Amino acid sequence: MSTSTLSLLDALESEAIHIIREVAAELERPVLLFSGGKDSMLMLHLAVKAFAPAPVPFPLLHVDTGHNFPEVLAFRDRTVDRLRLRLEVAKVQDYIDDGRLRERADGTRNPLQTRPLLDAIEAGKFDAVFGGGRRDEEKARAKERIFSLRDEFGQWDPRNQRPELWNLYNGRHRPGEHVRVFPLSNWTELDVWRYIARERIDLPSLYYTHEREVFDRDGMLLALGPHAQPRTAAERASVRAEKVRYRTVGDMSCTGAVRSIALTVDDVLAEVAATRITERGATRADDRMSEAAMEDRKKEGYF
Amino acid sequence: MSTLTEEATVPVTEPIRAVGPVETTTLLRIATAGSVDDGKSTLVGRLLYDSKSVLTDQLDAVERVSRDKGYDVTDLALLTDGLRAEREQGITIDVAYRYFATARRSFVLADCPGHVQYTRNTVTGASTADVVVLLVDARKGLLEQTRRHLAVAALLRVPHVVVAVNKIDLVDWSQDRFAQIAADLRRAAGALGVAEDAVHAVPVSALRGDNVVDPSGNTPWYDGPTLLELLETLPAADSAESGSFRLAVQHVVRPRTDDDLFRDYRGYAGQVAAGVVRPGDAVVVLPSGRRTTVVGIDTADSLAAGRDTLPAAYAPQSVTLRLADDVDVAHGDLLAAADDAPVPTQDVTATLAWLADRPLAARTTVLLKHGTRTVKAQVREIPGRIDLDSLHGDTVGLTATDRLDLNDLGRVVLRLAAPVPVEPYARARRTGAFLLIDPDDGATLAAGMVTAAG
Repeated sequence: MSTSTLSLLDALESEAIHIIREVAAELERPVLLFSGGKDSMLMLHLAVKAFAPAPVPFPLLHVDTGHNFPEVLAFRDRTVDRLRLRLEVAKVQDYIDDGRLRERADGTRNPLQTRPLLDAIEAGKFDAVFGGGRRDEEKARAKERIFSLRDEFGQWDPRNQRPELWNLYNGRHRPGEHVRVFPLSNWTELDVWRYIARERIDLPSLYYTHEREVFDRDGMLLALGPHAQPRTAAERASVRAEKVRYRTVGDMSCTGAVRSIALTVDDVLAEVAATRITERGATRADDRMSEAAMEDRKKEGYF
Repeated sequence: MSTLTEEATVPVTEPIRAVGPVETTTLLRIATAGSVDDGKSTLVGRLLYDSKSVLTDQLDAVERVSRDKGYDVTDLALLTDGLRAEREQGITIDVAYRYFATARRSFVLADCPGHVQYTRNTVTGASTADVVVLLVDARKGLLEQTRRHLAVAALLRVPHVVVAVNKIDLVDWSQDRFAQIAADLRRAAGALGVAEDAVHAVPVSALRGDNVVDPSGNTPWYDGPTLLELLETLPAADSAESGSFRLAVQHVVRPRTDDDLFRDYRGYAGQVAAGVVRPGDAVVVLPSGRRTTVVGIDTADSLAAGRDTLPAAYAPQSVTLRLADDVDVAHGDLLAAADDAPVPTQDVTATLAWLADRPLAARTTVLLKHGTRTVKAQVREIPGRIDLDSLHGDTVGLTATDRLDLNDLGRVVLRLAAPVPVEPYARARRTGAFLLIDPDDGATLAAGMVTAAG
């Protein structure tokens, strides 16, 4: 018996559980990045399964940009309470309020997350940080290891990555350094949705089709709200109600919605299978900044 | 058959990606290897493109960059070269992972750079691969680099080697040329100890798409499967993985709960590395050697369903085992079938793939990670460097050396600070493998494959 007898989802689940257990066994203070979005919900679900019937032996961390969808934050808190976990929240707003960070001209706060994240890692003395990143999301992520070393400034050096062999992961590091760990590295968007359907994982409602006030910006549909207001006459003229859902959930100011009729997880599955545009390409303004936008942010310490 | 450029500008008319029934879709891990300019990135691009795994925004970006650079054709290599330095230098530096799927299977493809100095990447990709896809230019035939990659696949015991004889259009679709390369290949693979049924050859034109996904009308003499058909149907079963039961303990699960059901629960979590385990099986805890019996096999799902135990667990499932006796079992221990267990030893002879810039000299102290156990080790001797051109079945030609450099393969003799239950890699791909780690900065120094224990 071998890989061939395990279905795709069972093989991916087994690999992720092995990775999560390895971190808990070999590193002192792991933490799991948790936003309430689908990838972090999936990662948390796998962590719960990895240690059952015992509780998850590490806390959660969320870097809140202050521009998150309120229903996602409410979902995040309900989930943490239900599983009786400990959640730390690092707030970008606190940094802006006391002048440690300045608002960007374009209003996007995604790149501002790096500093609060690194401060939270240092303050919590975390030496392993689980992230929900997948290699199919983006070109720079496609090159990243499952255990990815960060130096004492939180930086990723793509030219100097450790080779990763068999299923032997190496989380050793010098004091001040830490590892980012990506248990979902080998999952695709389709695998994520198939698994969410199979395991009946609860998600924030905005992953499913609902009606919302939106407007057009740079070919994306942004939700009208306190953090995204039309700036030009053309943007103002485009405001209307649409039936939409979200493929990724990030900042309201830079995450686009997609027109959809998918009301259930099975509808979403059919839609994802038929799509011709990648998840991030469809919905994330921050990745459109340049050909190497993600690589540059990762080098600075972004997840 | 149209070329890539023409196809790339045609609107995609068949938008549905293949989605098989989720219960029966399996996963196949592929590593690619080839020499510079043999069209490897084009082949990967073709597999992704023809299996509809490249989405329009990715293709738009690649077309835009190709135009900006003044290329006449869309450079599909840009799909996989993800780092700034790679795009700037036009070379692939690092292993990139790509994902595509058909109705029958999902594929993880480790795209490994072809340059000689990046052999370590081929070793990395091959370590987890079910199959190595090796590119050969039909005009050039087997090159030294092809033989090296074949030797790496043989050394790492990759279950299948598929050779794509590329640019077959440039030798006028010659059956004789293909037959000659296939024969050379089988001879080379046989000499390396690769079983005949583990080697497959397909005549392809990656640029034009012949025999990659769809059968070609240009090779009527070839009645075998296309490359994709072959990848869809190869048995993923690895004979090394079907051996005796092995599980490296990662974590002791103790809920410490008030819940009556689990108050005294004590389980040993890990991934089955080989074989199968059932309740009632006798196992031995290594390195202590204590014998005990498996009384239950749990997963989160089986516990939630209130089941007493799963009937069995197979490699590579992640499970939690309960044992009959209150034996001392901890992270780092190996559970093994009692009737066929390895003998822990402090003396190990192994083949190393040296992966670090700093060279290895005898008497160096390192850390050795095997399964979930890490121990100190000293390199006692370096009997020699392995000359890949001299590999012959299990006979290895060694060249005397006092050090190993980056990308060298060599034989070493190690002395471990504590006994570790290693096995010959030829027999067990998981429990025969280890890493060497720098004790100071934690760098991964070498991939190790045990040749003799004790």
